[in-house]
Amino acid sequence: MTTYSTGDVHRFHGGGTEYVYLAGSGGIVALDALSAQILSRLEQETLSRSALVSQMETDGFAAMDVTEGIDELYQLHAIDDGGPRAVSSQSLPQEFPLQSMVLNVTNQCNLSCHYCYEFGEDKVATPEGKKKFMDWETAKTSVDYFFAESRGRKAVHITFFGGETLMNFPLLKKVVEYARREAERRHVSIDFSLTTNATLLTPSIIDFLAENAIGVTVSIDGAKESHDAFRIFKNGRGTYDVIEPKIKELLAKHKTRPIAARVTMTSHAMDVLGTYKHLKHTLGFYEVGFAPVTTSPNRLYSIAPAGMDSVLGQFQVLAGDYLEHAKRGEHHGFSNVSDTLAELHQGVNKALPCGAGLGLVGVGPSGDIAPCHRFVDSDAHNLGHVSTGIDREKQAAFLKRGNIDSKYDCHTCWARPLCAGGCHHEAFVRYGDTGHANLHYCDWIRAWTDTCLQIYGTIAAQNPAFLDHFSERKAS
Amino acid sequence: MKHLRPVNAKAQRMTEQAEAENDIVALQSGRSTAVKPHVPMGCSIVFSPGWEVDSAGGTAGLCQPVERDIYDCYVTCFWPAQVPDHLNNAPDWTAKCAVATKDWRNLDIVFP
Repeated sequence: MTTYSTGDVHRFHGGGTEYVYLAGSGGIVALDALSAQILSRLEQETLSRSALVSQMETDGFAAMDVTEGIDELYQLHAIDDGGPRAVSSQSLPQEFPLQSMVLNVTNQCNLSCHYCYEFGEDKVATPEGKKKFMDWETAKTSVDYFFAESRGRKAVHITFFGGETLMNFPLLKKVVEYARREAERRHVSIDFSLTTNATLLTPSIIDFLAENAIGVTVSIDGAKESHDAFRIFKNGRGTYDVIEPKIKELLAKHKTRPIAARVTMTSHAMDVLGTYKHLKHTLGFYEVGFAPVTTSPNRLYSIAPAGMDSVLGQFQVLAGDYLEHAKRGEHHGFSNVSDTLAELHQGVNKALPCGAGLGLVGVGPSGDIAPCHRFVDSDAHNLGHVSTGIDREKQAAFLKRGNIDSKYDCHTCWARPLCAGGCHHEAFVRYGDTGHANLHYCDWIRAWTDTCLQIYGTIAAQNPAFLDHFSERKAS
Repeated sequence: MKHLRPVNAKAQRMTEQAEAENDIVALQSGRSTAVKPHVPMGCSIVFSPGWEVDSAGGTAGLCQPVERDIYDCYVTCFWPAQVPDHLNNAPDWTAKCAVATKDWRNLDIVFP
């Protein structure tokens, strides 16, 4: 006899509406009173079809409607009948043209931030004996390789990264000019972005960035006190006083792209609300994204689990602020929310946590190809060289390792469509294996995803037009 | 769909597909609710070791050598396999083995 139980779902509500998040697919559907009650009944116990129908009849629903509701829920895998269901894991397409390339134009930096994943205690890079600055020959080969490997794409993206990106600004300039010409010749659109610590910004660099509509992300950890705790020059001096006027000038002159701040949270910098307020309102960044420092657990600056709870609490308060803005149709700069809402709105269901090694690669100063910028210059994670291309076997091994299919721990988690086990690099630093699920922040991810789902549900109920912002899938 | 309203883009596609499928099913016999028999995957084509030893720690004297019994015989199949008693005495036996092909070395010997 067929018995029904709840499927792989996560229920949530927002704006007075009941929803269910379908963990097998990433779909979000709104429930009516009947379907919500069916799920509630099945949360109590598994029931045969007839028992379920008669229980629902005592709840005041008509049997005909109930059977319809059961079939609908079953079709979307919100409930199971215990029978076998084909769960096919989609294999990655054979041909996956590149969409983004991160060009590490140098591995040198003028700062000495303690927590740096490139130079700090948990670094994976092995830069000894390799080029410190990318030369023009390598950069040109990289761009040519990128265009060749992105065939079929209408829009591509190059990100400049370091080290400190602006330590090799002359090369950056040349690459932008060359890549633009090539893109035009090949009839594809291209855009650029970079990440910088802002210490080396000059008026002429700012003009160049504005004229070329180059997206800028500034690494900054908040107001002076928290920023200067880790983001220091080699002589130990904090960098805040140097970058503040430069950032103000950047924000005043560069209007062709929104300028973002990217905050690394540490045990010393956990004041999300204060940091957001400072960066958004005092300095005037368009948006602010937060990420906990990547670290092995025993570092002094790593955030202990209790600290992450407090961060989550502040995230939720700031997310509430986001929601109030969204209800009025106004922009809010907390990008952790908008990034998640964009993915929820599309209903992404990831086989891999990110595009690293698939649509995106990192290229080191010597032309070595890495899965992403975080693995650049690491011999253990090298995927090839721009002159010879990606080693397909290494690439396949990397992608297989990081695929959700091989992360057993994730298979029962409802947050897996978005998380897919989390960052390859985080996993490597924490567990020594890029394919290990990032189990140290599972609870956090689930709590945060639930918060974002509630926000999504509330917006969908009260100001659905706001979600049109997320209809276009992000190009990168 | 009458009781479920798709909200995001994925759910929209899913409901469209489900409704399209309904059209076809309506012309045929409908979805069967009978439980289909469980057909185990062919044991011989998968790599899934299982480990058991006798009271002296050896494997040679077992009535079936360990090489004949594999992890999957026990987990997904009906076979009374030569693996540790996963219900009572060694409940965490496979805790460190997420994927047998990768983690089989973590399947430790269990002494009676």
